[in-house]
Amino acid sequence: MKIVTICGAGIGSSGILKVNAERALSKLGLEADVVAADVASVREVAEDAQVILTSEEFVATIGTTYADVIVIRNHFDQQEITDAVERALG
Amino acid sequence: MSTHALPSLPPLPDSAVVLGAAAADWRSALGVAGSALVASGAATSAYGRAMVDMVEEHGPYIVISPGLALAHARPGDDVHRDGLVVVTLAEPVSFGHPYNDPVTVVLGLAVAAIGAHLDMIAALANVFNDASVTPRLAAASTVDEVRAIMGVEAA
Repeated sequence: MKIVTICGAGIGSSGILKVNAERALSKLGLEADVVAADVASVREVAEDAQVILTSEEFVATIGTTYADVIVIRNHFDQQEITDAVERALG
Repeated sequence: MSTHALPSLPPLPDSAVVLGAAAADWRSALGVAGSALVASGAATSAYGRAMVDMVEEHGPYIVISPGLALAHARPGDDVHRDGLVVVTLAEPVSFGHPYNDPVTVVLGLAVAAIGAHLDMIAALANVFNDASVTPRLAAASTVDEVRAIMGVEAA
């Protein structure tokens, strides 16, 4: 399984989402690759992903995809991210 | 001072912390963070302008949790070394974010290289996954207090 986290540069907020999604997976006992990327490369990076975690600002640009696109409001809310990962993959 | 120092967060010299900055709008708030990255030797002034460009291009997504903006641009020639700055605002500033406005604390982040930066990002998560940290930073009145909350040293 693969989760892609998306932001503007693929560094900051998507990095936070990657770190907290990996912690969520570990807590849930699930395994998946988590890749942080910038929105410009979402087409190629998320081609084989089941889940995209991102901010509301990028949903329109991400557009239609096979992956579930989930908006995270608070990137530092481990519970929000764990719930999202569990809903999508659990 | 801190027993749980996180070596993967860069140190916070005095020049990397601005308390009670007056900022009329989000551009001005990011400008203070950009200037602090220059003052602390992490980046050039062009890097600060690139942080503003990111929001111009993509919107206020950098407001990643209630009251907190994580401003940064891309690695490149404008970054001298990894660096972090903390700016608290005298008055909360609206960035236009649908959930996390208004902003009271701006972090400015300079990343020298992709990949290695994930240690720094994980260390930021260790600190800010505690929801009390942003309001405590916003209320801090000394730079030492900021360093204690973040669990980092001056140098």
